[in-house]
Amino acid sequence: MDLAFTKEEQAFREEVRSFFRDNVPPDTRRKLVEGRHLTKDEMVTWWRILNKKGWGVSHWPTQYGGTGWTSVQHYIFNEELQSYPAPQPLAFGVSMVGPVIYTFGNEEQKKQYLPRIANVDDWWCQGFSEPGSGSDLASLKTKAERRGDKWIINGQKTWTTLAQHADMIFCLCRTDNNAKKQMGISFIVFSMKSKGVTVRPIQTIDGGHEVNEVFFDDVEVPYENLIGEENKGWDYAKFLLGNERTGIARVGVSKERLRRIRDLAGKVESAGKPIIQDAAFREKLAACEIELKALELTQLRVVADEGKHGKGKPNPASSVLKIKGSEIQQTTTELLMEVIGPFAAPYDVHGDDGSNEAMDWTAQIAPSYFNNRKVSIYGGSNEIQRNIIAKAVLGL
Amino acid sequence: MDFDLNEEQRLLKESIDGLLTDSYDFEQRKKYMKEKGGWSQAVWGKLAEQGLLGLPFSEADGGFGGGGVETMIVMEALGKALVLEPYLATVVIGGGFLRHAGSDAQKAAHVPGIIDGSKTLAFAQLEKNSRYDLFDVSTTAKKKGDGWVIDGEKFVVLNGENADTLVVTARTKGDRRDKTGIGVFLVPANAKGVTKKSYPTQDGLHAADITLTGVEVGADAVIGNPEDSLALIERVVDEARVALCAEAVGLMDESLKTTVEYIKTRKQFGVAIGSFQSLQHRASDMFVAAEQARSMSMFATMANDFENAKERSNAIAAAKVQIGKSLKFVGQQSIQLHGGIGMTMEAKIGHYFKRLTMIENTFGDTDYHQRRVADAGGLI
Repeated sequence: MDLAFTKEEQAFREEVRSFFRDNVPPDTRRKLVEGRHLTKDEMVTWWRILNKKGWGVSHWPTQYGGTGWTSVQHYIFNEELQSYPAPQPLAFGVSMVGPVIYTFGNEEQKKQYLPRIANVDDWWCQGFSEPGSGSDLASLKTKAERRGDKWIINGQKTWTTLAQHADMIFCLCRTDNNAKKQMGISFIVFSMKSKGVTVRPIQTIDGGHEVNEVFFDDVEVPYENLIGEENKGWDYAKFLLGNERTGIARVGVSKERLRRIRDLAGKVESAGKPIIQDAAFREKLAACEIELKALELTQLRVVADEGKHGKGKPNPASSVLKIKGSEIQQTTTELLMEVIGPFAAPYDVHGDDGSNEAMDWTAQIAPSYFNNRKVSIYGGSNEIQRNIIAKAVLGL
Repeated sequence: MDFDLNEEQRLLKESIDGLLTDSYDFEQRKKYMKEKGGWSQAVWGKLAEQGLLGLPFSEADGGFGGGGVETMIVMEALGKALVLEPYLATVVIGGGFLRHAGSDAQKAAHVPGIIDGSKTLAFAQLEKNSRYDLFDVSTTAKKKGDGWVIDGEKFVVLNGENADTLVVTARTKGDRRDKTGIGVFLVPANAKGVTKKSYPTQDGLHAADITLTGVEVGADAVIGNPEDSLALIERVVDEARVALCAEAVGLMDESLKTTVEYIKTRKQFGVAIGSFQSLQHRASDMFVAAEQARSMSMFATMANDFENAKERSNAIAAAKVQIGKSLKFVGQQSIQLHGGIGMTMEAKIGHYFKRLTMIENTFGDTDYHQRRVADAGGLI
């Protein structure tokens, strides 16, 4: 047992850190620090910088542009990326559909899609959730019917993150109504520009526009856009969801936010002195930092285990990372609310469109607190994670 | 970075787990409790035979040169089996003072007896009003010729009834809460002027309140600097805290396991109560709490080797906070999920709960350590 990183790993951390220092556009970083949403251009610009460096799809196999890093190197890269902070690669392309394509797709599909995912020439979105299919995803109803060399797709997806920017969607569609619900699903990809695709924004309680409803009305899709085998889509979806394990804890994000809280708490006054001098606040902050340290160690245990024993089947420890990681993220946004106190109230009428760059740093604290309620809901709600632990770990 | 045990450590774990499986089930434990001093000489002898009592001592001192990970393995196993024997008092704390600051003569006088199981120690530190502050010492040690005369009262001294030698903290200079002027003394338990009031503790161990009245010891009784040993005391108590964290992880593992087994078999409304989602989620939260505790126990074990004493103490305090929170949740919910049977002396789960509860209040509780971390500027 040894907690220390090797000399090589430490040097790698320095390399990553200095690359971010030199290459992340300062405005992009500032907006992330302040909890603002980025424009499409800001994100794509940064991802292309990352891809040019060869780090855009770091965890892919090397033949498709991956780096061949060890699991510890991936951990370091993610932690530095989150805590600098810089935008994380677009998960829908890089972490989700990319691995499905290089694992289950044919050569033609690999050639066609993978380089464009890496360079974000195509912005991908995820067509999984439906109005009636949240935690019970396999009950989905969106239908794809085979007609000659085409699929005809009808139905509705929802909570589709950043679909307003998307060029492509990967979709779970029902292709066999008679099979058991998990067995009749196929994994189909198609252009968001196709005729019959309609995107409607959903405004969330923070006032932001991250998620959308997406409607399919007799959308025609070439048959060859099926990934893998017909009616095997559920397997690919499970593979996709189990792929992302350790990033889910978002330790770097919480670290960065805690540093910011400590910094602000040294400036904002309460009872005539900086709020950091208030013992009750200070202890609450320490409590959160301790929880985060424990989570970081739990994450490192999973990382080290993967490094030694390979990724194998999904590790139920990822449910621990999801539950604690989301709770801690939410606690950090609560602490920010506490620091800002009554000045949480003013509403930033200019929103995040970048039209009011001078808007003061307080504007996004309440929206960020509201927005972060999502983290214990998405990606398998924390209640679903508890079901997973009960079943897969405790055998209940 | 590596969280796996090496081959030797794996063998160590197997050997102690094997020993305790054979000789420490819940019924056997009840018998050991009734023996003199509240624990079993025979089990202690077996621990000595397997070399476990000599584990952390250097080879030069006749030990095996084990480090923090080895102690963690042993303490976890002792926790899992709810062991009564005075490993913490004798090997971790008493032995810790000797390892860190004992003279060659002191080591020669005490270490062989610890290793072969013929001697046990006890740490006489807590005072009526000192609570968790290690520097809060009213017991005095006054110079007399070459030696010292010790006067004062110590409380809840674990293994105080049985120990051959007491490790006593006493003030040689200054006022009650001064950070300098504190010394550490080896006092034979049968020295003139030592009186003991022994009693069982809530968690089934044994402790004693000890009064020292004009107890005379020689110059050779002093461990380290008699006027400035707070750093030494903090060092050894930090190691004790790390050991307690590991013991608590073992206790939590066993509590969770026992509880999950129980709800799988206990039937109500015609089904196992473990099929109810409210209970499944509670058990899942217990698992999360136990895993977070395990992570921090490992962190504390590794932090124990940090060169910077402040960083070391801060990390160990943080671990004690996490362990305190986790053990309270796992302990309380273990009783809750057992229902009425969890309230009985007869069921083993309550005894795990009690030991866990006492660990929280030993060498600083959650609030105490949380304040320490907060005042040290946090952990990020």
